[in-house]
Amino acid sequence: MINISAKNVDFYYGDFHALKNINLDIEKNSVTAFIGPSGCGKSTFLRLLNRMNDLIDGSKLMGDIVIDGENIYGRQTEVVELRKKVGMVFQKPNPFPKSIFENVAYGLRVNGIRDSKFIEQRVEESLKGAALWDEVKDKLKKSAFELSGGQQQRLCIARTMAVSQQIILMDEPASALDPISTSKVEDLIYELKRDYTIVIVTHNMQQAARVSDKTAFFYLGELVEYDNTDKIFTAPSKEATQNYVTGRFG
Amino acid sequence: MTDNNSKISRNKKMTQNIAFWSFRILSITVVGILFWILGFILVNGAKVISWDFLTQAPTDGMTGGGIFPAIVGTLCLMLGSVIIAFPIGVMSGIYISEYASNNCLVKVIRIMTNNLSSVPSIVFGLFGMALFVNTLGFGDSIIAGSFTLALLVLPIVIRTTEEAMKSIHDSFRVGSLALGATKLQTIWKVLLPMAFPNIITGLILSVGRVSGETAPILFTCAAYFLPKLPTSIFDQVMALPYHLYVIATSGTDIEAARPMAYGTALVLIGIVLIINLIANGLRRYFGNKVKTS
Repeated sequence: MINISAKNVDFYYGDFHALKNINLDIEKNSVTAFIGPSGCGKSTFLRLLNRMNDLIDGSKLMGDIVIDGENIYGRQTEVVELRKKVGMVFQKPNPFPKSIFENVAYGLRVNGIRDSKFIEQRVEESLKGAALWDEVKDKLKKSAFELSGGQQQRLCIARTMAVSQQIILMDEPASALDPISTSKVEDLIYELKRDYTIVIVTHNMQQAARVSDKTAFFYLGELVEYDNTDKIFTAPSKEATQNYVTGRFG
Repeated sequence: MTDNNSKISRNKKMTQNIAFWSFRILSITVVGILFWILGFILVNGAKVISWDFLTQAPTDGMTGGGIFPAIVGTLCLMLGSVIIAFPIGVMSGIYISEYASNNCLVKVIRIMTNNLSSVPSIVFGLFGMALFVNTLGFGDSIIAGSFTLALLVLPIVIRTTEEAMKSIHDSFRVGSLALGATKLQTIWKVLLPMAFPNIITGLILSVGRVSGETAPILFTCAAYFLPKLPTSIFDQVMALPYHLYVIATSGTDIEAARPMAYGTALVLIGIVLIINLIANGLRRYFGNKVKTS
């Protein structure tokens, strides 16, 4: 089942043509990795999926992005509603200067949920879902800043899950983490696939190969190749992809 | 070669030392002058400080009694101007930092705020008299004085708020928006609590400024001599800086009133010091709260 579908997407930062005619379908409950050298447009495309680029002055989008049958840039779309459905985890862990509990509860509270029993339950589920519960259950009232970088990143994933989204976008979620934390986050991504559609931008080829079902290779604003991850890493059909995944440039 | 190298490093060390000592001497000089002034006022002012001085109205043509009405007046003006300037200033600062894109209007606002802060305070006094005292009909009163002082400190509050908001990393904004929060929720629940300790700094600076200003209240509020305390915001009050000016320049017996002047100056400095300490405490308190709650 197709969950996200981009048709003829062109995107500009001012005069800079950042994305050129991108066509891409992403299936439900799959992990899709976006790879490519810095500045190739993969993060830009990721941010289009929950309209984070709206915040940038002078950006312009052409083409359609459809999520669950709804054009997310359509006139009826409420950005706030969209972001409840399509969550995002950022490169650097960015917990709020609040307690661990309040970090996860924040998304629920801003969405108008007042029922404290429900919030408590949801926070626990989310922290369990993000494989963090056992490490923090005794210090939910402590500041999120007291957690390690890897724990903070899993807290941010829990925070995103709590709002009950179907899609989680991850922008290099492990690039600021040590190897052990990275492997925990990767395991988590694998687990999350059951309930979520995941799109992950990464610079780490091994990571893309380990966690994703499909891989899209971006280069200079174009989608060069999009296929099953196995195929991209073992027998890509384009030479540029071959060169990139084997580390000849990038 | 080695000789040459050690010569260079000797020279470098010497330059370092000279620079270090110049900085040190200059800093000591500045701090020394400051302490000299404070010490001078403390020594001369301490003589007249007594319970009566703090709780009585002036008597004998300002050469006796105390300065109680002026203390109360200054506190009223501080409170009044902060109540007026703070919400307006904080909201403007937030608007400039979070809402306005970097367009013409914002540039104009920013230039105007900067200009506003370099306008001589006597000009504010005149403007306050024209607008608040006469046009709006507040008369010489606490409210007219508070508004005038509020205008004076508005640029400080706006600027510190803007800086405090800008210093917050964007990752907190996008993190909040990505969870479906609106811009207002993001500002209210994430950014403001983080910026608050720094905004308090703006409050400290503006309160210090308000307590010491004479010119803006000269035509809008300050009374030469009032034995009784104000009963409403439309009353005139005495104020410490103006009282200091009066007894130092135009009393009946200036020489006899000199100790009273030092005493007044000491009380004024004391009030500013106490308020700064309170604000510092608040700042630390909120700073900790932001980290742990």
